[in-house]
Amino acid sequence: MYKSYETSIKNQAMTLREKIASISFSYVMFILILAGIGVTMLYSAANGSWSPWALNQLLRFGLGFAVMVVFALTDIRVFMRYAYIFYFIALVLLIIVEVSGHIGMGAQRWINLGFMKLQPSELMKIALVLALARYFHSSSLQAIESIRGIIIPTLMVFFPALLVMTQPDLGTALMLVFTAGAMFFAVGVQLWKFGVLILGAIVSMPIAWHFLHDYQQNRVLTFLNPERDPLGAGYHIIQSKIALGSGGMFGKGFLKGTQSHLNFLPEKHTDFIFTMLSEEFGMIGAVFVVIINFLIIAYSYSFALKSTSYFGKLAAIGLATNFFFYVFINMAMVLGLIPVVGIPLPLISYGGTVILSVMAGFGIILSVHINRNINIGKD
Amino acid sequence: MNRDNDKGKVLIKRSLVLGVVKFLMFIVIIARLYYLQVYQADKYKTLADENRISTRLLVPPRGVIYDRHGEMLATNRQNFQALMVAEQTPNVQETLDAFKKIMPLSEAEEEKIKKDLKKNRSFVPVRIKDNLSWEEIAKIQLNAPDLPGIIIDEGLTRFYPFGEKMAHFIGYVSSVSDNDVKDDPLLEVPGFKIGKAGIEKLYEKQLRGKGGNLKLEVNAYGRIMKEIEKVEGIPGDRIDLSIDSRLQAKAYDSFGEESGAAIVLDVNTGEILAFVSTPAYDPNALSQGVSTEEWKELSSNEKNPLVNKALSGQYSPGSTFKMVVALAALESGAITAQSRSFCAGKMILGNHTFHCWKNFGHGYIDVVQALQHSCDIFFYETAQKLGINKIAEMARVFGLGKKVNIGLENEKAGLIPDTEWKRQRFGESWQTGESLISGIGQGYILTTPVQLAVMTARIANGGYEVEPTFRKVTTGARLNFKKMNIAPVNMELIKQGMYDVVNTPGGTAFGNRIDFNGQKMSGKTGTTQVRRISMKERQTGVLKQEDLPWKLRNHALFVGYAPHDNPRYAVAVLVEHGRGGSTAARIGGQILLEALKLDASSQPLE
Repeated sequence: MYKSYETSIKNQAMTLREKIASISFSYVMFILILAGIGVTMLYSAANGSWSPWALNQLLRFGLGFAVMVVFALTDIRVFMRYAYIFYFIALVLLIIVEVSGHIGMGAQRWINLGFMKLQPSELMKIALVLALARYFHSSSLQAIESIRGIIIPTLMVFFPALLVMTQPDLGTALMLVFTAGAMFFAVGVQLWKFGVLILGAIVSMPIAWHFLHDYQQNRVLTFLNPERDPLGAGYHIIQSKIALGSGGMFGKGFLKGTQSHLNFLPEKHTDFIFTMLSEEFGMIGAVFVVIINFLIIAYSYSFALKSTSYFGKLAAIGLATNFFFYVFINMAMVLGLIPVVGIPLPLISYGGTVILSVMAGFGIILSVHINRNINIGKD
Repeated sequence: MNRDNDKGKVLIKRSLVLGVVKFLMFIVIIARLYYLQVYQADKYKTLADENRISTRLLVPPRGVIYDRHGEMLATNRQNFQALMVAEQTPNVQETLDAFKKIMPLSEAEEEKIKKDLKKNRSFVPVRIKDNLSWEEIAKIQLNAPDLPGIIIDEGLTRFYPFGEKMAHFIGYVSSVSDNDVKDDPLLEVPGFKIGKAGIEKLYEKQLRGKGGNLKLEVNAYGRIMKEIEKVEGIPGDRIDLSIDSRLQAKAYDSFGEESGAAIVLDVNTGEILAFVSTPAYDPNALSQGVSTEEWKELSSNEKNPLVNKALSGQYSPGSTFKMVVALAALESGAITAQSRSFCAGKMILGNHTFHCWKNFGHGYIDVVQALQHSCDIFFYETAQKLGINKIAEMARVFGLGKKVNIGLENEKAGLIPDTEWKRQRFGESWQTGESLISGIGQGYILTTPVQLAVMTARIANGGYEVEPTFRKVTTGARLNFKKMNIAPVNMELIKQGMYDVVNTPGGTAFGNRIDFNGQKMSGKTGTTQVRRISMKERQTGVLKQEDLPWKLRNHALFVGYAPHDNPRYAVAVLVEHGRGGSTAARIGGQILLEALKLDASSQPLE
């Protein structure tokens, strides 16, 4: 007890200068590279223009960067202390969006803050990871391995996932479930429970199918057979594959992607920006982006492993997993491996909330790293 | 504490598993990238180019058709059309209404425009009206401020300066139909027209030329971004025809309101100098497309303007056939120059009476006189002695009974009967009476006006088997045609008879003789009945032709050549229901006179 107190005192005493010095330079570099690629691609998407996307994206990234630095320099225990409150705020915001959507002008996913549109579902991705990390931090392995011990965290996942699903935003709902699932796995929930859950999911699939909106059903059907509707929903996947494939090994060159610039490729500045990148910079460029993303995740893992606190470890792994699902789902989607679910490629796709949420996540991961020697008690 | 340790170990172990899974999932992404971008790159590059490159065919200008003197018979004329680009006008309907104030549009036209506008994207020009006159263009330009989105575009359309005068051999062009063989991508170009009849159809391949290529880069909405490559096409070949447009025009005009056909041949080269079938259609109208009503009117006209009578019309040659019968008889020895028959106006064979056209007969008459007066009795007797097979044999030597094959469509072969033909056709043996009426070119015998022209040319040139052609013969020399095995003395007798027909008093065409600086015409008239004259009518007096309805009047024929002593031009004229041979002889005379005049004026100055 005394020793840990000593350590925590010692760490608490870390000066700002020391904290800044211990920020992982490589990690920040990877993030800057990704953001730079993003701005470059948005410049190309606008046919070589800073407007309407590239400059805006740069400004948002600047804001996101500030958020990351502030979070990185924040004591890890603050995140733990406010994890549940943060979670409830996010949940209430989700409910507000849901209710106002019903009362107001149809489906709505965001709250207008004036300078930007805040998507509570993006907040929830961070909040859920922190809340689960705190919950499992305080649980014993016995509790985790018991059924009763995972009822509360399961509900913590269930409610926001349900709310997001009804927005409707299937992609984000799935991301919440997958990220939480990965955390459940990491903390040691027995595999057979996942088996039961998956079995239950398969059994309830026909029922869930009826709850899906028509356009979601169409997306799944079109994914299974893109030629079903070559001018409609299948058009996106077909044109994306053509753009990717025609890019070849070395690409068509910056600003020279024909599929993108002649508008055959839809949503080239948002969900399909990876396609555009692959068309212009070829497989070399695409693999480079994959590697940078992988390095970010790998570094996050190493930070997690170095952390002495369970909360820090789990939070970093959860946030890294969240980031991984963004990247994987987006890439797999534009490569025609999974249905089009509308998940952007973080830091590269155009979009403010995602930048903020991902950068906040990186900030927390950096904080885990900086505060790796702080041992946090069970309460 | 132990449990806590375990809890931490589980987290690390499971996290590492998760990490490995993530790594593997990234490997899947990279594998997929490899599959699409390297393994299948060629396939997708092709697809991307198909997306991006729109290849348009450039229509080459169609070959010009000239007459023998370089006069244009079919050419391409600038066609100005008004187009509308929907995206350039704030209100399509308002612009259309403003346009209608300047130039009326029929309801059908307006409906089609609106359909086209709806069908095409807003930047695609849609045709509002074509074949604009200069005044109409001026009006549109003057009102341009009220006509946003209206542009004037220039294209080429086929133009036939002589209109219907050349219709039946030039033919016309029209849109590609489903039945046409699509052997050339040009045929898929909207609005492309191909030869549908006549020379336009015969020389379609040469006239069409070769399409050029325009490769354009287009965006996803079909808008043109830039030109990638342009390969000009090859214009169609020019075609030089044997036709003399001035003679053709004269020949056409000399028919007036009559329905019929006339062909003029160069007797040495076989070149077709004039080729007339009247009445005709306007090929300009057909090329631009006629309405259903106009088409109905053309096809229901009793004078059949759509039928090429020179080639598709089969008629009894009547007395114009007598030269063939006379030659067959002279060559076989059935008669000689001195042989005479006595014509009493009729002849009885079995229980049939055969009449000469002259009621009271010609008296004693030899072959030259028989031709001059067109005595029927002489040829009845000659045919009786000769038999049908000898007549048929000679007829075939002169090109009758088979197609001349000048390449135009719907040609008929005519019919030269013989005993074998009758047995096969009817299973009956040939009757002597049938030989008699064959002797005066009636009965089963059918010929086309073109065949009669060929026959006449072969007589005029002294027995060379000249073949007709529409192509200009550049050598100017007599071609190597086969010489018939006919004694020149017999040929001279026939020519003497034909000379007397026109130039000796009493000849059936004496009234239609011509004299151009001593150059005269020889010829032979023919009149064929299209109805049977009953015994009763003969007794009460045969009805005058003028009293009969047009459809029941006799056909009039004339074949001739000029100059009589050094033949150059042969003509065959048919006038449907033209009453009597002299109607045709008058036209034939006018045509040959014109030919002689033109010949004189085109001779180089010495």
